[in-house]
Amino acid sequence: MEQGKMDIEAIVQAVLNELSKKNSGQAATPQVTTQTNGDLVIDLPDPTLPEYRRAPGVKNPYDPEGLRNLMATTTARIGVGRAGPRPRTSTLLLFQSDHGVTQDAIYGEVDQAVLDKFDLFTVQTQVQDRNQYLTRPDLGRRLSEEAKRTIAERCVKKPQVQIVVGDGLSAAAINNNLPIIYPIIVQGLKSANISLGTPFFIKFARVGVINDVNDIIGADVVVILIGERPGLGIADALSAYMGWRPTAGKTDAERDVVCMITVHGGTNPLEGGAYVVEMIKKTLQYQASGVELKLKTSGQG
Amino acid sequence: MLLRTKLFGSTYQFGSIKEVMAKANEEKSGDRLAGIAANSVAERMAARYVLAEVTLETLRNNPAVPYEEDEVTRVIQDSVNETIYNEIKHWTVGQFREWLLDDNTTGDMIKRISNGLTAEMVAAVTKLMSNMDLMVAARKIRITAHCNNTIGLEGTLASRNQPNHPTDSPEGIRATIYEGLSFGSGDSVIGINPVDDSLASVMRLLDMTYDIIQKWEIPTQNCVLAHVTTQMEAMRRGAPVGLVFQSLAGSQKANEAFGVSVAMMDEAYDMAKKYCWTAGPNYMYFETGQGTALSADAHYNTDQLTMEARIYGMAKRYKPFQVNTVVGFIGPEYLYDAVQITRAGLEDHFMGKLTGIPMGCDACYTNHAKATQNDIENLAVLLTAAGCNYFMGVPMGDDVMLSYQCTSYHDTAALRQLLGLRPSPEFEKWMESLGLMENGKLTDKAGDASFFLQRK
Repeated sequence: MEQGKMDIEAIVQAVLNELSKKNSGQAATPQVTTQTNGDLVIDLPDPTLPEYRRAPGVKNPYDPEGLRNLMATTTARIGVGRAGPRPRTSTLLLFQSDHGVTQDAIYGEVDQAVLDKFDLFTVQTQVQDRNQYLTRPDLGRRLSEEAKRTIAERCVKKPQVQIVVGDGLSAAAINNNLPIIYPIIVQGLKSANISLGTPFFIKFARVGVINDVNDIIGADVVVILIGERPGLGIADALSAYMGWRPTAGKTDAERDVVCMITVHGGTNPLEGGAYVVEMIKKTLQYQASGVELKLKTSGQG
Repeated sequence: MLLRTKLFGSTYQFGSIKEVMAKANEEKSGDRLAGIAANSVAERMAARYVLAEVTLETLRNNPAVPYEEDEVTRVIQDSVNETIYNEIKHWTVGQFREWLLDDNTTGDMIKRISNGLTAEMVAAVTKLMSNMDLMVAARKIRITAHCNNTIGLEGTLASRNQPNHPTDSPEGIRATIYEGLSFGSGDSVIGINPVDDSLASVMRLLDMTYDIIQKWEIPTQNCVLAHVTTQMEAMRRGAPVGLVFQSLAGSQKANEAFGVSVAMMDEAYDMAKKYCWTAGPNYMYFETGQGTALSADAHYNTDQLTMEARIYGMAKRYKPFQVNTVVGFIGPEYLYDAVQITRAGLEDHFMGKLTGIPMGCDACYTNHAKATQNDIENLAVLLTAAGCNYFMGVPMGDDVMLSYQCTSYHDTAALRQLLGLRPSPEFEKWMESLGLMENGKLTDKAGDASFFLQRK
């Protein structure tokens, strides 16, 4: 068990080192637009890179250095200046881009190749389409009859841990993070000799669907990896919710969560995977999750 | 009770006033989620024909939640001026609508009638109004209030400076306050939604905002939007509280989900009068929003518009300085898209004004609603034309703590310029004295947070 934990930590550290090297190596590319021989050449750098995102926009500020310092204290979009009473062009386009990726994430589809890579078959909740998904959270918490039959036929029963994947509110969260986080979780659990059920993908899923899932599977722990509601500019955050023996009537109070898993300013998915494995081990050890687990681990249970 | 009409040859019959009220509503995903919406547009129209003939007396006698069961109902019913009510109880909802819109009906006349209304009457007439009806009627009703400055005056539009920060960093919040002030945002309140609701953190932010107000002699008030009990404890310990905030809901049970009651709010109001450092006499700040009762499973099969009107009836008890609906915050399962968010924003503003409270609006949306910033800009223009008291001011409309989008510091300036409005008068004088504003227009110095680095 200790050996498995060490392996994960080593992998995480190696990858984090790699990532930080890459970031520090990024150089600003100030060249924006050029014309040669009458040919128009517009070849722009990525305006979402930090050096552009954080550039002050105030014309003739009272205290330029002070303005930079103020901007460094918050992720809020301050120091942007103005065009009359309206935002400057680059500020406006950046905001619209940040909102745009959230919309692409919500209305996007999970890539079948990603699901195939991990042999995840697909079932669906009682939701029929994306619009119904947004307006009827209750239906997203219930499996369709067909899904129940499929799961009953294809899945191993009573494993220690059942992993499921749900699209939730961001397809990009699955497409970008699953290939990284999923192997970490599986390896981590296997090296601790924890038995795993047959994994699958649930379309139009809300977190609460794990109650329905486990009424069929009967696992000790169910984990759902699910796309979060996209925030501005961070459209691919993944959450891992897990619960001890989920069943009808259980709520978020009886679940644990690792949230904001993304390489875009959240918990790196490698690290996130390691946290999930640790949380599952703790859940198995204390036979509890959520508020109850907190009480037990703090010695009040 | 027989409630029936024919429409295009078909007969529509309704079992109760509650059913008529729910089915007469404009389309809202939350009413569908509750299973109480009209099944067709024709049925919705049939419900409106019936509702137009219902008298105000019938509405008073059929509150959404029974008097005996619910303290919100009791607060509203017990505050009715019986003399005024007796003058109007025979009016039908259809007549009431026309009276509100009549050119001979003034704002003062409406404010008087307001004291004879219950929330169900306010909601009912709203259901019979088109969007522009809501704007025309609301525009007549000026509800002003005073704390350290005056809000709601004719010709003015105020802005809450909302400098939220993902970790409550005092430096980050201060920087954002400077940005907002430099655009003319902050006359309604400098109001922070804290991440950390603990007393120490809340008191730290109260001290910090108070210091800025003192150092720059800003005619405004501060507020940290923690749970009311935390703010009460902060007052007991001598923290400088400018406005006392709480989110409210439309039934006793829904308020319990927020951890509040009428008795608790009575106590908070008494404490505000006793301990707030500001001039008053209006000390309270409330936020509301359609759908909160349903999300707490405390809606009693009542539509979300009616439950919202009931919050305003409760809020009036505390003579608030400002109240705003957070209209698109709750998500698409209650307000699906820009059409529904726009409608709800206009409804809530009108209902607040008709109830007699100084109403503003947090015109906003979440990323999973079918809406964009353009839609929120549209709504802000409509509401400003309707006489809305204030909006939120957030850097580029992107709240980095609450993860939703609303109106921006730029929008505050643009709305004033577009519709010829000024900040609250005390605040405008202050802006002018610093050279940030001239004749109601921002100067070249404005829009620069570093301007406020001048005083150490």
